[in-house]
Amino acid sequence: MERAVHDRGVWPTDMPIDRSEHELADWELLTDALVSALSSEGLMNVDELRRGIESMPPDEYERASYYERWLFSAETILVEKGVLAPGELDARLT
Amino acid sequence: MSEHDHDHSHDPITADGEPPAAARARALEELLVEKAVVQREDVRRNIDRLVSRSPADGARLVARAWVDTEFKERLLADARAAAQELDLDSGPSPVVVAVENTETVHHMVVCTLCSCYPRALLGPPPDWYKSLPYRSRAVSDPHGVLAEFGLELDEDVELRVLDSTADVRYIVLPRKPEGTEELSEQELAALVTRDSMIGVAQPVAPATA
Repeated sequence: MERAVHDRGVWPTDMPIDRSEHELADWELLTDALVSALSSEGLMNVDELRRGIESMPPDEYERASYYERWLFSAETILVEKGVLAPGELDARLT
Repeated sequence: MSEHDHDHSHDPITADGEPPAAARARALEELLVEKAVVQREDVRRNIDRLVSRSPADGARLVARAWVDTEFKERLLADARAAAQELDLDSGPSPVVVAVENTETVHHMVVCTLCSCYPRALLGPPPDWYKSLPYRSRAVSDPHGVLAEFGLELDEDVELRVLDSTADVRYIVLPRKPEGTEELSEQELAALVTRDSMIGVAQPVAPATA
């Protein structure tokens, strides 16, 4: 069975742990708060958040920072539910 | 597996020091507010709540357990109910479990699959808790991880690693430091660090008179 990228318990590594403290940036707080708001509205629960994160392509998953994964998941789930049209967020950014 | 075994984005950083995800998050908020899917006030309130949570809440639980044996028993039996006694909300996770470190057993907590953490009691998790190396090595090399955090356990201490899930989250009740018999509950709470409640450190030693 292929091991899923998020299942870190089965990916041995010797990498040291970066223990530096990091204050959450505004956009990270915003992403967290948006996901909470979507959850309150019944549009996205914690299991959906995780499924969205775990559906990331493995390379992207490993490259992304924590809240980049959340953002990817929120967009994925919202497109699935028809709240966002595919590409709508990209269009807003150009 | 790739060489990118760490938790930082390789995306270019914009001139104002933000990754592209920052603009993406703001655009998402704008779209969702326009569509009336979420209210801007709710988002602001969520941010306020997030920044208001800190390890001080968990430390109150620990200090109370240190001074009140009956409370400690209730905390170990049902952490959510015990937290409510101190007017603390343990958050949406169905089960919160407190585990006690003793002379013979030491607990440390990880979430190998993601980042499950008792956020309502400890605030947002530190970056290292969410990092890929911690999530992997906490189970494959827990003693090595503790050594990196500066904690060496006596040889006869059993180390138990607890893997959190979305439904079950853990808070460690660390051992009360020696020489703290005269301290008040509030003074004791000040010795209880975030890391000691994750199980990667001991509480701070009291200042010697």
